[in-house]
Amino acid sequence: MRKFTEIASARRTWAWPYVLFLVLFVVLPLLLIFYYAFTTPEGDFTIYNFIKFFHTSEAVNTLIYSMAIAFITTVICLLLGYPAAYIMAMAEFKTPQVMALLFILPMWINFLLRTIATVELFNMFGLPLGEGALLFGMCYDYLPFMIYPIYNTLQKMDRSLIEAAQDLGANKVSVFTKVVLPLSIPGIYSGIVMVFMPTVSTFAIAELLTHNKITLFGSLIQRSFGEGGIAMWNYGAALSLIMLIIIAATSFFDQENDRDAQKGGLL
Amino acid sequence: MQIESSAMQEARRRSRELAAKRVAGQAYLWLLLIVLYAPIFLIFIFSFTQSKIIGNWTGFTFHLYENLFTGYDATTHVRVDPNLYRAVAFTAIIAFAAATIATLLGTLAAIGLYNMRSRARKGITFLNSIPMINPDILTGISLFLLFVFLNISRGFVTVLIAHVVFCTPYVVLSVMPRLMQMNPNLYEAALDLGATPAQALKKVLLPELKPGMISGFILALTLSIDDFGVTFFTKGSNGLETLSTFIYADARKGGLTPELRPLFSLIFLTILILLIIMNIRTNKQINKQKK
Repeated sequence: MRKFTEIASARRTWAWPYVLFLVLFVVLPLLLIFYYAFTTPEGDFTIYNFIKFFHTSEAVNTLIYSMAIAFITTVICLLLGYPAAYIMAMAEFKTPQVMALLFILPMWINFLLRTIATVELFNMFGLPLGEGALLFGMCYDYLPFMIYPIYNTLQKMDRSLIEAAQDLGANKVSVFTKVVLPLSIPGIYSGIVMVFMPTVSTFAIAELLTHNKITLFGSLIQRSFGEGGIAMWNYGAALSLIMLIIIAATSFFDQENDRDAQKGGLL
Repeated sequence: MQIESSAMQEARRRSRELAAKRVAGQAYLWLLLIVLYAPIFLIFIFSFTQSKIIGNWTGFTFHLYENLFTGYDATTHVRVDPNLYRAVAFTAIIAFAAATIATLLGTLAAIGLYNMRSRARKGITFLNSIPMINPDILTGISLFLLFVFLNISRGFVTVLIAHVVFCTPYVVLSVMPRLMQMNPNLYEAALDLGATPAQALKKVLLPELKPGMISGFILALTLSIDDFGVTFFTKGSNGLETLSTFIYADARKGGLTPELRPLFSLIFLTILILLIIMNIRTNKQINKQKK
């Protein structure tokens, strides 16, 4: 008993339950993706699941297409979001937080419902549901994720740097390209990662926005765990592993940033 | 005189330019906001008409709100899908349970992490960041495989575990800054003055950490309520639905249950009011501090 109180009073042991939890429900599940990806339904080692993927041109094309869609969405969000973040950060609003809040608020509405409402909006104006609707819906869903981190870095920027540049004779263009833009790079990186990662892995949204006309890589993974039954799980795990690699590669891009703190700051 | 007036003209011209720029900037922001809010307003507006589909206005009425609260349509005597209410209840229960567990687990973990050697801390911080980086679909599928592998039948418990998985990292991150700001000697001082570790925790640590715990809890709540991907893979097939998965199933069937429109309008208004109150309160606090 005495030993127990000793252990409990050493505060570093307080993290142990969570560490155990992480190992059991984060590490082990990820290892299982590897395990299933490299085995047959009977449990024998195989690389057939990957061969199958690379020999199914439809699947490979879907992956490339999804990455392209995610890339275009990210670029559009950056082009639309940067000016918005810049205007909000630079303007002397009486209530700058309120403006920032307005951009985050839609995220509190269930994103599926927002997506369905977007579909209805397109229907109302007689617009076709296809690639255009898909891109619009994706940008619509993830634009706040681009604006917020950029706004954050711009707001924390030392304003006197701008004045110093102006005093030293820089014109407006070079103040922006030489001072503001370089200083906002961390925010831009965070924004890119925060938009690219969910768009490249999304499932559900694409089906709703295009009436099942367009299949993205996420939907492909989802289907191998749904309709296909047990026989498809190993293949699905292989696809998930490919997705995991893409995500890991993307997160390297943002390594030095405190992206998560910013995401946490969304509240 | 001449010089002065031309300088004045110049100043006036510049201030006009600035004003024009500000107007253009504001206009851009409002335009983006209008587009961003258009679908939400659409849901809101069409919560006041009775038609099955959005876009078909059949006259102003509170019918859908009545249906939502009474559970059946007074004119057609058709019951509102009972699964909708079950989904609402389930969403709320899961969210509160997951947020509570995540707050306890995450706060303890943060205190533990803070007192660890930096090497162990780095390793665990990395593990902690995995659920935040992982997209829903990967978290969902990896947990799905775990439950299948361990032969655990999917249902309430598995969804709860899954939600705790992706909520707790955010609690750790909200509590951590409070620990960093805290005077590290306070806890030791309490022990030296004769407090038991439990008393020191209750009287010294927790009051300091409370703001971080609260914001972590709220963040966990919103993440849990909004989740679709993880729930989708961990809920199993015995009819358990959260609002998200209910909407998904509903949309795939074709028509969206019309009563969802008033439900979400009410949720949105509640959040809006809460945020406004929170904002006013923080502004008041800032003003107080300034004085």
